[in-house]
Amino acid sequence: MVAISDSWVTFTVTVNGQVVTRTVEPRMLLSDFLRHVLELTGTRVGCEHGSCGACTVLMDGQAVRSCIMLAVQSDGHELMTVEGLATSPQELHPLQEAFREKHGLQCGYCTAGFLMTLLPFLQENPDPDEDTIRSAISGNICRCTGYQNIVEAVKVAAAVMSQMRPQTRSQTGSHTMSHEAE
Amino acid sequence: MATRYFGKPIRRNEDPRLLTGQALFTDDVHLPGMLHAAFVRSQYAHARIAGIDVDEASAMPGVLAIYTAEDLGTYWKPGPLLLPPPPIEGTVFHARTQVPLAKGKVRHVGEPVAVVVAESRYIAEDAAERVLVDYEPLPAVVKIEDALLPGAPLIHEGLEQNLNAHVVQRKGDYALALAHADKVIKRSFRYDRGTAAAMENRGIVADWDSKSEQLTLWDTTQAPIAIRNGLARMLGLSEKQVRVIAPFIGGGFGPKIMMFYPEEVLLPWMSMKLGRPIKWIEDRQENFFATTQERGQVHEAEIALTADGRILGVKDTFLHDAGAYAPYGLTVAINSQCTLLGQYDVPHYESEFRAVFTNKPIVTPYRGAGRQHGVFVMERLLDIAARELGIDRVEIRRRNLIPPEKFPYNNEIIYQDFEPLIYDSGNYAVALEKAVELIGYEKFVKEEQPRLRAQGKHVGLGLVTYVEGTGIGPYEGAKVTVEVSGRVSVATGVGTQGQGHYTSFAQIVAEQLGVPVEDVHLVTGDTAQFYWGAGTFASRGAVVAGNAIHAAAVTVRNKVLQKASDELEAAIEDLELVDGVVRVKGSPNSAIALGELAARANPLRGAVRPGSEPGLEATDYFGPERGATASGVHAMIVEVDAETLLVEIKRYLVVHDCGTVINPMILEGQIHGGVAQGIGNAFYEELVWDENGQLLNASFMDFLLPTADVMPHIETDHVDTPSPLNPLGIKGAGEAGAIPVGPLFAQAVEDALADLKVEIREIPLSPNRLFELVQEARATLESADG
Repeated sequence: MVAISDSWVTFTVTVNGQVVTRTVEPRMLLSDFLRHVLELTGTRVGCEHGSCGACTVLMDGQAVRSCIMLAVQSDGHELMTVEGLATSPQELHPLQEAFREKHGLQCGYCTAGFLMTLLPFLQENPDPDEDTIRSAISGNICRCTGYQNIVEAVKVAAAVMSQMRPQTRSQTGSHTMSHEAE
Repeated sequence: MATRYFGKPIRRNEDPRLLTGQALFTDDVHLPGMLHAAFVRSQYAHARIAGIDVDEASAMPGVLAIYTAEDLGTYWKPGPLLLPPPPIEGTVFHARTQVPLAKGKVRHVGEPVAVVVAESRYIAEDAAERVLVDYEPLPAVVKIEDALLPGAPLIHEGLEQNLNAHVVQRKGDYALALAHADKVIKRSFRYDRGTAAAMENRGIVADWDSKSEQLTLWDTTQAPIAIRNGLARMLGLSEKQVRVIAPFIGGGFGPKIMMFYPEEVLLPWMSMKLGRPIKWIEDRQENFFATTQERGQVHEAEIALTADGRILGVKDTFLHDAGAYAPYGLTVAINSQCTLLGQYDVPHYESEFRAVFTNKPIVTPYRGAGRQHGVFVMERLLDIAARELGIDRVEIRRRNLIPPEKFPYNNEIIYQDFEPLIYDSGNYAVALEKAVELIGYEKFVKEEQPRLRAQGKHVGLGLVTYVEGTGIGPYEGAKVTVEVSGRVSVATGVGTQGQGHYTSFAQIVAEQLGVPVEDVHLVTGDTAQFYWGAGTFASRGAVVAGNAIHAAAVTVRNKVLQKASDELEAAIEDLELVDGVVRVKGSPNSAIALGELAARANPLRGAVRPGSEPGLEATDYFGPERGATASGVHAMIVEVDAETLLVEIKRYLVVHDCGTVINPMILEGQIHGGVAQGIGNAFYEELVWDENGQLLNASFMDFLLPTADVMPHIETDHVDTPSPLNPLGIKGAGEAGAIPVGPLFAQAVEDALADLKVEIREIPLSPNRLFELVQEARATLESADG
């Protein structure tokens, strides 16, 4: 429930499975909220106008661009950021593992956006061909890799994830994803 | 040599932190009490500042301070000239460097005029909008060709014209070439501006602690050590009081080596004034004006040849757009001048350039750093020559390659490192033939292209060569330490922006010390960890820092062996380093762990013998006498849609020679990324200015970067010709992918549109521009028919 006092807004959102209630200026961007209020800095900002995809997070399982959403618009919703993908740097999600295996990242700045774009994509497209993969990530800009190794990583991830589909859901760390998959 | 780690495609040490969102980038730094800065930037390319009214903005709640140039007092100084002009006789050079905040006059859109410090970035931006600057607009110099025209608006008072530099370099005597030529071809060429567009914009966090009198700066710089030294001098502090950390950086590509950006000068000063940490993060729109760019040049070039296509000489005269200020010296223009000669044996060369000031953002190196222009001019001249002489375009290149026996090959001109341009080693014909074979040149030209053309398809092939001067000095250093845990730490001064240094440098150490790569921990870009260094630029990290790390690791290895020899009472030559232990060969039970040796080398009691040092540690440096020359061939096959002039890349091939390879997986990644930027530069990315110097496409909506759906699959192959200039035989690779794509595009598209006789003499292209060129070609053909 949104409460308003002195024009600041109190709202409640679930982030990576944790319920948080905060009071913010209504104009605060969701990306700033995640990065600077919750200090979940894994979500990156590249263009502040929704065209590079670096800030992509999941809202109720759908990929959204957090730099063109207001924080308060997430009231009552479930968000997942890259921090919710792996339980620790030692235990990577198969998608992350595939990016490492195939050298699908260099500076790593756009990577969280790619991962969060790809997660729902791979759930809907368990066995995508190369054109479909390239189309799926065509809204995310990477300036380092030329995309080739990202595409290779997605192929590997798709193969691994479709083999271990039941486990994959629980590994996403968000029950929202399980709902979406069912 | 048989290697365990060196040369292997080992996955990267840095990836888990990056993939899980744990890696620290500059904007991730949160400090208690941190303030936020926003800049008021010029809306005019050229204007006098009649006044600045900050009253309304200052009164806003949450605003702590607003500074203009006047408020800086004696701290206001033009930035340092980073590089003096090279020692070339007759060089004219007028230094004009950027200022922290514009005083009296602005010289490009986006130049900072005032800075607001507030409790939040939101408030700072609100207040910046309420700072009223009274501008008196002046006519602007926008086109390169206009800069030196009589009556052109003068950008810098005190100069007679907008001339930054005039340089002439000669090899042989071009007049001789002309006298003996059967064919002379003369053309003009244009190569225009794009921007590096690293995904992470620039950013700075400055934190002055008045109690410890320490300044800490997190900065997205490629040169943390130089920033520390400069800031200490400017602020009147000891270098020991300033710590600069270049944490994880979201892509550099050159513009982040520029220094000092106004924000780098102001943030620390303001933190000291206000006694609180301050953050400034550039936004994407600012990045289009406030971060440096490349690459406007206009060339008038000619080539003199024999009838059988041998190059007798080249003459090139060009204008180089330096932008509003020129802090970086002549690196970019000298690179253009020097890279033009490419892989070819050119007996006579005359190259003259004028670097000019314009009312546009500052030009400093961006991946390729001027090399693109030179390669474009030379490769285009050869294509035109081949056509006019009736020689196959591969054959004309083949006939002019520098043969292997001519190395080291002296081009008799001065390179960007102020040393003679001498190619260290190369095996150009091998790479060329490999590329011809792999792209299927003969089959394409003789069978596929005619067949597809008969079907009405416009398909074409491009094949070009290039060299890349890499790995220049002055030096880098490194400290390698075996820790008591058995892990090895490496500290070096170069910053890292995604090149995989955490892994490739670890491989160099692992090779010497026999520890797994993941047990080698690299610290880079933190001046508190390593004092000396120059920075990451000119494809030099692996060459210069890599060899320094190698040297330090070899010394540590010898210390390890000596210590183990004492402890195990065995001869050094009987010992081996394997899996983190030293053991007697053939006697695995006699092993001692590296960590245990490190502990014994730093005892709590007893004595470390005189003449020896505690611990298992070494610091070493490497400085090459001059740069190593990498080289390669790119080839591609395109299909051009005759209606829309969209170009689809059907195949893309790179055959590359960067000497010894540390990690082929990382190397391929560098090439892929370079090619992507090259393709962007050639066909997508163009900064469009109006006649007032306003940038018309300063967003990712309007400035197109290549996306996954338009990028081809890149095939790669390698030739390994080690450099004799460093012990590891490495040449740099960072810029190779980006350098030759312009002429490659031009040649392939021309070939695809051969029936229209389009001649492409400019980059960037776009479907729109191609359409115009095709219309012009059609009109010419029709008038010729008529």
